[in-house]
Amino acid sequence: MKSLEAKVVVLGSQGVGKTSVVIRYVGGMFSKAVSPTIGASFFTYKMTLEQYRVKLQVWDTAGQERFRSMAPMYYRKANAAMLMYDITSLESFYDIKDWVKELKKNVDTPIVLCLLGNKSDLDSGRKVSKEDAEEYAASIDALFYETSALKNMGIEDAFLQVSKNLINLYETVPNSGMGGMLGHAQQAPPDIFSSGMTSGDVAAGGMKLTDGGKDSSRSDGNCPC
Amino acid sequence: MATDHREAEQPVNTSDSDFQEDVEFVETNCVPGKCNSAVFDTTDELDDLTLNLANGVIQNHRGTITSLIRKRAKRSNTLKDEEADQDLANSIASEEANSIEQSELSSELSEDENVKNGLEDLSLQDTESVPEESPSVTLIPSSSETDYVNSLEWKQQKKHIFILSESGKPIYSRHGSEDKLVTVMGVMQALVSFVQDDKDNLRSIVAGDHTFVFMNRDHLTFVGVTRGRESTQQMLLQLTYMYNQVISVLTHSTLVRTFKQHRNFDLRRPLSGAEKFFDNLLNLMDVEPGLLLTSVRCLPLDSSVRDIVSQTIVQHAKVKDLVFALIIAQNQLVALVRMKRYYLHPMDLHLIINLINASESFKAAESWTPICLPKFDATGFLQAYVSYLDEECQSCLLLLSVDIEAFYTLSECRAKIKERLDRYNALTAIGNSLQRHSYSVQQCSIGDLRHFLYKARSTAQYTSPELGPPYNTPEQQDRLFGLYHFLHDKVHSVSRPLKLLYHVGKYETLLGWVTQGFELYAVFGPLVTKNVAIHAVNKLLRWIKREEDRLFILSSVTF
Repeated sequence: MKSLEAKVVVLGSQGVGKTSVVIRYVGGMFSKAVSPTIGASFFTYKMTLEQYRVKLQVWDTAGQERFRSMAPMYYRKANAAMLMYDITSLESFYDIKDWVKELKKNVDTPIVLCLLGNKSDLDSGRKVSKEDAEEYAASIDALFYETSALKNMGIEDAFLQVSKNLINLYETVPNSGMGGMLGHAQQAPPDIFSSGMTSGDVAAGGMKLTDGGKDSSRSDGNCPC
Repeated sequence: MATDHREAEQPVNTSDSDFQEDVEFVETNCVPGKCNSAVFDTTDELDDLTLNLANGVIQNHRGTITSLIRKRAKRSNTLKDEEADQDLANSIASEEANSIEQSELSSELSEDENVKNGLEDLSLQDTESVPEESPSVTLIPSSSETDYVNSLEWKQQKKHIFILSESGKPIYSRHGSEDKLVTVMGVMQALVSFVQDDKDNLRSIVAGDHTFVFMNRDHLTFVGVTRGRESTQQMLLQLTYMYNQVISVLTHSTLVRTFKQHRNFDLRRPLSGAEKFFDNLLNLMDVEPGLLLTSVRCLPLDSSVRDIVSQTIVQHAKVKDLVFALIIAQNQLVALVRMKRYYLHPMDLHLIINLINASESFKAAESWTPICLPKFDATGFLQAYVSYLDEECQSCLLLLSVDIEAFYTLSECRAKIKERLDRYNALTAIGNSLQRHSYSVQQCSIGDLRHFLYKARSTAQYTSPELGPPYNTPEQQDRLFGLYHFLHDKVHSVSRPLKLLYHVGKYETLLGWVTQGFELYAVFGPLVTKNVAIHAVNKLLRWIKREEDRLFILSSVTF
């Protein structure tokens, strides 16, 4: 049994239900009175999947504008990003495009993207069609799910698929600081990320593999991309 | 109902209030809660306020965080850190620039209109001195929100607080939606700028039983309107808390830069989501004497337990760049550990308490959030790791660091701290103390003493018993708090500060006493004589002295 530790960041506008979805997934419950997130909240979730013990470190970020500038701190080292909008708010869907732009600009490690259309229980007030969202998700090579934290729909599937992709990503590129499965779709992300971060830094923020107590074969070697 | 209290509080027979000869009665050598090493930053805000008003200069504490970060960079001695910091700083700056550009959309046109409306308003009600009751408000098309700000209920609110920008743009209103108050705020801005035109400052207006207090700081105008017992000075203090809360969310640097670039900036956008912190802070100010006294209330705890708690923090949170570590339970301080040479100011602590108090979000998970502490350093953010230590979410651990990447390290610290505190049953002890509800005034066994506030000046901490009968209804508590405002104002009066004040009211007798070491405000039954009161407070001081280990944090713990 191998174990895998991955960081997942949840991004999206204020009030789309990021915390509700995360709490539904991690805590298995729904509360009507979820208070707006301050800064960012940190959750962990453990599961066993395909011979892996997967530990997800989920960063549930605040959607409020004043915390917007903190976001790089969370997505820079993330292995997966859940981009969430509210199907009853066109604006929240458009905001996703800004997020994607920002991620492409600032993240040069492979990252699993997953688009989530939340509040699918409010179908009568729907403003974003499933087709549009699917099409957009395909164009950015992201997974796509419509979810409902209230009715507990789609969330389990979304996180499961993200985890599968993370394992896949890990297996195709054992030193996770490198472009792999997302590389082809994102057409080798442009190297605008001029943080001066060393590869050691990237690896530290990347996925960690501990193989039955032995050190992993992960190398902090040079990044080919 | 509120008017009833007012009348009731008119002194029936005020005896000679300042009586030097009685001071001899008083044993001044007993100063409970006194300590030699400073626990908090004890600069008194009221003194500051008076001084600042006189000079017209507002000092901002700045540079502390930068120096700490620089120290850190020097220590780690790798470019990596600095560059990463720089990078993040850059990205934050560019982000801010973006957001400012976007909000340029807010048009100048509407601005002009506001001011024009405001001015019209002003001329309309030249004869009336209360802008709130502006007749022109009725011109605004009706909706439920508009109805509310136009209603009697709105006008009869005991205290209004408004924040507006220099150009008259509404930013916050305690009661009613601020965008329905454009006209009223326009009037306020007009009044302020009218006086400013004469190179002067509008400080307060008294109109009937309302007092309007104005405060201008950093392109913002804060207005407080009260018909309670707060004095102008005390209202200024409250407005200063509001200003600090704004800074806590934005930092002073961002606030100034933003308005420098765009005078017309709509500050509501970067503040969105922070409204509840303003609301909560104002509610806290209405019930929590600590804000009035700029001092901290500690959770009563056996000193041995408190020592265990702070030593546990010292041992298991000994991390570089950690400036403050504290545990707060129900608005009371349980323990505080600080970096050497750095002090926490009670006003900053109140903002931290407000942050915890106003948000349920911290109860769900470990959190990591930027917070600016204006007294500590108004120019930058500290990063706060926030997590409750128990299932019931009573004891909240806060670790404040200058390292934005420290979350995982601090999370490990939290795990160790919790494990130790559980092992020593310290969390249970905290829980028990919370359940016992502090102490009742009967425990001091002083006849006829109904309630008191005692502030140890050198430690900036205060203690008071829980509110028992007759102060067990919100109305009576409100009235009692009004009495304390009255007493506090009298002894701190700018023109005629008093050392001792004995005041006989209709329902109670008040004694206020200020020395180098402490401030004491005591409330007795109405029939108490001066001598009895003096003896009672001496006895009280001795009681507090006996209990001081439990009621105060007397030694300051550093990493």
